[in-house]
Amino acid sequence: MTTSEFDATRPPEPPGRRRRFGKLARPRKRTPGGRTDGSAEMLMVPEAQFTSYYGKPVVKAPPWGHEVAAYLFLGGVAGGSGLLALGAQLTGRELLRRNARLGAIAAVSLGGVALVRDLGRPERFYNMLRTFKLTSPMSVGSWILTAYSGGAGITAVNEVDRLVGERLPLGPLRPVLRAVEGPAGWEAALFAGPLAAYTAVLLSDTANPTWNAAHKDLPFVFVSSASLAASGLAMVTTPVRETGPARALAVMGVAGDVAAMKYMEGRMDPVAAEPLHHGHPGELLKWAERLAIAGGVGAVVLGRSRVGSALSGLALLGASALTRFGVFEAGIESAKDPRYTIEPQRRRLAERQAAGVTDDSITTAR
Amino acid sequence: MVNLSLGHQFSGPTDPAADAHWPDVRERKGFFTDTSICIGCKACEVACKEWNHNPRDGDLELTAMSYDNTVSLGASTWRHVAFVEQDKERIEVARESGRRLVSLGMPSVRRPQDDAPPGPGASADATGTTDGAPTAYGNVDTTPPDTPEFRWLMASDVCKHCTHAGCLDVCPTGALMRTEFGTVVVQDDVCNGCGTCVAGCPFGVVERRSDGTAAPTTREGERKGEQPDVPKRGVAQKCTLCYDRLLDDETPACAKTCPTTSIKFGDHDDLVTDARERVAQLHAQGMTEARLYGANELDGVGGTGALFLLLDEPEVYGLPPDPRVCTADLPEMAKRAAIATGGMLAAAALAFLGGRR
Repeated sequence: MTTSEFDATRPPEPPGRRRRFGKLARPRKRTPGGRTDGSAEMLMVPEAQFTSYYGKPVVKAPPWGHEVAAYLFLGGVAGGSGLLALGAQLTGRELLRRNARLGAIAAVSLGGVALVRDLGRPERFYNMLRTFKLTSPMSVGSWILTAYSGGAGITAVNEVDRLVGERLPLGPLRPVLRAVEGPAGWEAALFAGPLAAYTAVLLSDTANPTWNAAHKDLPFVFVSSASLAASGLAMVTTPVRETGPARALAVMGVAGDVAAMKYMEGRMDPVAAEPLHHGHPGELLKWAERLAIAGGVGAVVLGRSRVGSALSGLALLGASALTRFGVFEAGIESAKDPRYTIEPQRRRLAERQAAGVTDDSITTAR
Repeated sequence: MVNLSLGHQFSGPTDPAADAHWPDVRERKGFFTDTSICIGCKACEVACKEWNHNPRDGDLELTAMSYDNTVSLGASTWRHVAFVEQDKERIEVARESGRRLVSLGMPSVRRPQDDAPPGPGASADATGTTDGAPTAYGNVDTTPPDTPEFRWLMASDVCKHCTHAGCLDVCPTGALMRTEFGTVVVQDDVCNGCGTCVAGCPFGVVERRSDGTAAPTTREGERKGEQPDVPKRGVAQKCTLCYDRLLDDETPACAKTCPTTSIKFGDHDDLVTDARERVAQLHAQGMTEARLYGANELDGVGGTGALFLLLDEPEVYGLPPDPRVCTADLPEMAKRAAIATGGMLAAAALAFLGGRR
């Protein structure tokens, strides 16, 4: 630092505006816990030191609003409902079938609207179906969503038509729609699972530190969350005598959701997992877990009472929504702080180099 | 996902234009940005904006953090000159990290202080002192000395035009495409602004163009507090390596305007050779802090089309230290998603079979 005789007359610098010209930030303390396989103790590499360009982000957060988080939730509800609808169709549970189908089409329609609204150029939404790209989860997902909506739409039209006493102006289409109703239920169910799971790949197949670090286990969190959400919706809408399977699926979904989330966090880089615990996303995910457990216990204990079932269902729906918003927001947060990008990357690079892999660094001496 | 023979479509060394099935593959083009001779004039930023008709970014605010008021690459800023001031301590750290890099499985590059003629930098870092070191007086060296007290790092950042481009891979509409020059370009009439590419870029380059301000300004105009006309709003935008100029055998605007030839444009293979020569030259002068960024085709993105010579760790310049194209893990993600889907189906089946009682 240069000094001059005029320094004495210079006004004090405002707090928080200290120039930090590339000085090393003190490495922050790692969060305890997390890895349970002992690998955290086995690190034979120096502690990652954290430097950044004036604290500016390295990667950019996608320009996605809460519409996308809402879609993650609604797509899950639709996917789970597709499976419940087929199960009800095959086991003759008419009310569950009707409600699951209507729930599915409502969720998928709202979700589609949310997705289009979030586009930079909504009027060009159809360009999503301009091509089919296996490397793009958004492209594959758009086709899954389209295929699912086809089957779900046909079954839903039939249900609505029956609901209003065959008063929809379907004309000669009615017998055709009735004939394809069963197969359409199968078709929707075929794409229901992928609809619930692909959004996890959509988030993970990015350079976003938190989402990418979760890439191995996020699909399990999302299908569990979808199962418990759709079951929750069925428990809200349908009398208890037909919701036995929904309650069973809800319990399995809760177990899967809580377990997969814990397992996922344990396997992630501890720094990349931090946004899942801190701040607003951390709060959301904490409550998501509480609500899920409450809903699951409620489904078992109160599931045979109409009110208890509905309350448990609401808790489950809330849990799923909070899980999706929590994971979504954690990713957005992780992109804003360069630490979440730089520290895990430095660590994995140092680990590879300590293991003798020295030829795959982007930085080279020649 | 697909277990076909994908070769190096997802990761590893490859020729991206040939992979994109161009019938007439041209020589791969790229930049070599030698930051050791960048003077931070920002002519590249200006030339880029002029040629590409890129609108103003933000509301003409000063960052008050350094001479860098551009801050980062973005939808309307395709060249960004980073500016870093470092003290003696940080220079030593950079030297040391560069020296470690040299000794790391790179046996052909010898430690400069072992046998290189003692340059000014070498004498300073060998003794750990700054000035007044006895060795400096012992040799009469007319080379202008490296400032030992502090230094300014200036580096013009740009889209890397990766061999394996995350943005391109995850684009659902096909708006992002690989050109015959091996570069990556957004077709703005196809893009619907979904924003997936923004999340897919490991370097934080591509961005969806908003009106350029945090709070939209309604007054039209060019002055502060006013909003100039913003073309191509709502779609992803990034450096095209001046695709239009390349088609006319012209040099991209930034490279053409660079007054110190810090930005070099040319055939990718030649640039890699030049970059290696340059870094060896700097090492011989004792500047062990010099290193290349993006010249290794075995790295996480298969090497970059735009290379850099850096004088410190990449993150000092805002670059990721170990970027990895997200699609490299896509087959595994697809497999995990398929297993999860199967689990969901099984759970649903079990729920109904068990619920028949």
